Amino acid sequence: MEKNKYKPWRSIPDDIRFEDLPTCPLAISDKGSIGNTGEWRTFRPVINKEKCTKCMTCWTYCPEGVIYEDNDELFIDYTYCKGCLICYSECPVNAIEKVREEI
Amino acid sequence: MSKILKPKDIPEEEFILSGTRACSGCGLSLAYRFALKALGKNTIITVPASCSTVLHGMYPCAAVNLPMLNTAFESTGASASGIRAALNILGKKDITVLAWAGDGGTTDIGIQSLSGAAERGTDIIYACYDNEAYMNTGTQRSGSTPFGAYTTTTPSGKKQRRKNMPKIMAAHGIPYVATANAVYPIDLFQKFRRAKDEFKGDTRYIHIFSPCPPGWGFEPQDLIKIGKLGTETGIWDLYEIINGKFTLNNITMKIVQGKIKRKPVVDYFRAQKRFNTLSNNAIRRIQEEIDKKFQEYENSFA
Repeated sequence: MEKNKYKPWRSIPDDIRFEDLPTCPLAISDKGSIGNTGEWRTFRPVINKEKCTKCMTCWTYCPEGVIYEDNDELFIDYTYCKGCLICYSECPVNAIEKVREEI
Repeated sequence: MSKILKPKDIPEEEFILSGTRACSGCGLSLAYRFALKALGKNTIITVPASCSTVLHGMYPCAAVNLPMLNTAFESTGASASGIRAALNILGKKDITVLAWAGDGGTTDIGIQSLSGAAERGTDIIYACYDNEAYMNTGTQRSGSTPFGAYTTTTPSGKKQRRKNMPKIMAAHGIPYVATANAVYPIDLFQKFRRAKDEFKGDTRYIHIFSPCPPGWGFEPQDLIKIGKLGTETGIWDLYEIINGKFTLNNITMKIVQGKIKRKPVVDYFRAQKRFNTLSNNAIRRIQEEIDKKFQEYENSFA
């Protein structure tokens, strides 16, 4: 059985029928199980790199786990950030701004 | 409790993969993230019908990178016992079994199977995340809903008091019972680590206070503030019961020692829409009860 055959439903190719899925209801874990939850946002949290002290408070409180550290800088994964703004209201140095999303 | 960790001491590996079905600003999601970080990848989870089933996603997708068994509402304890029995037969000793249920699935529907598992001393960690109503189905009253809270089945506020589930579990004589708060994730992490490492071989129970923005009526960005108010006003105490010995910890202990000033409960009640029907007289009565409770704590701990 090819490994890529049972990807989440969004990426199942058209030529695989429902009957071809495993008989045991075994789900496969992947990012974005409901889709790109970044589309839920009204406001986008933006980290001000100059003010940021890398205390990791935003990382700790993010319920979705979308804040990550790379090369000693913090980034937000906007594909999945739901825009709850907990990071914005909890940042001890106010280094996170909220910006309204535009369509 | 041992030394207090910092965010940098927490493992970076995420077991909840982003893009889950949980609401924006979900307390459960935050607590779950840290509980799984504490338990590590050698874990099997069992989840009854609850918000966490919603979070886990729908076949054929899953949002959590660990093996999970969905079970019926009333049988979380039985399901976890079954997983442990199967692991014993297979001779696998190093796997943690986590039963993760909501307050409805623990205090109301699942209490018999949980009580059975605790009485048998099954080697499981049972965690109840308490968002104080059946939030998954749209905010119905549960045994854990506090006095005066609005739910769709108690439109003028609940008239009865809530069930004290951690004390019921402590009465089973299990070695480790703890309460945690989703907005103190590092305290929660340490409690899960402790349950996993120090009390292996018996039932361990952790009750987590988990604020819910749509159900309680506050903005998602206030999650941390509301959760912290819960502990700072004395509504939700953080404690551990280890082999029958009761100890307070973290913020609650600091309040009792006088290092932090306790806030009035009215701050907590007036920040949430679900307590809109609660009268000032009722709040005064609740404040008196909490003052009395803290007087007792001070007598035995300060």
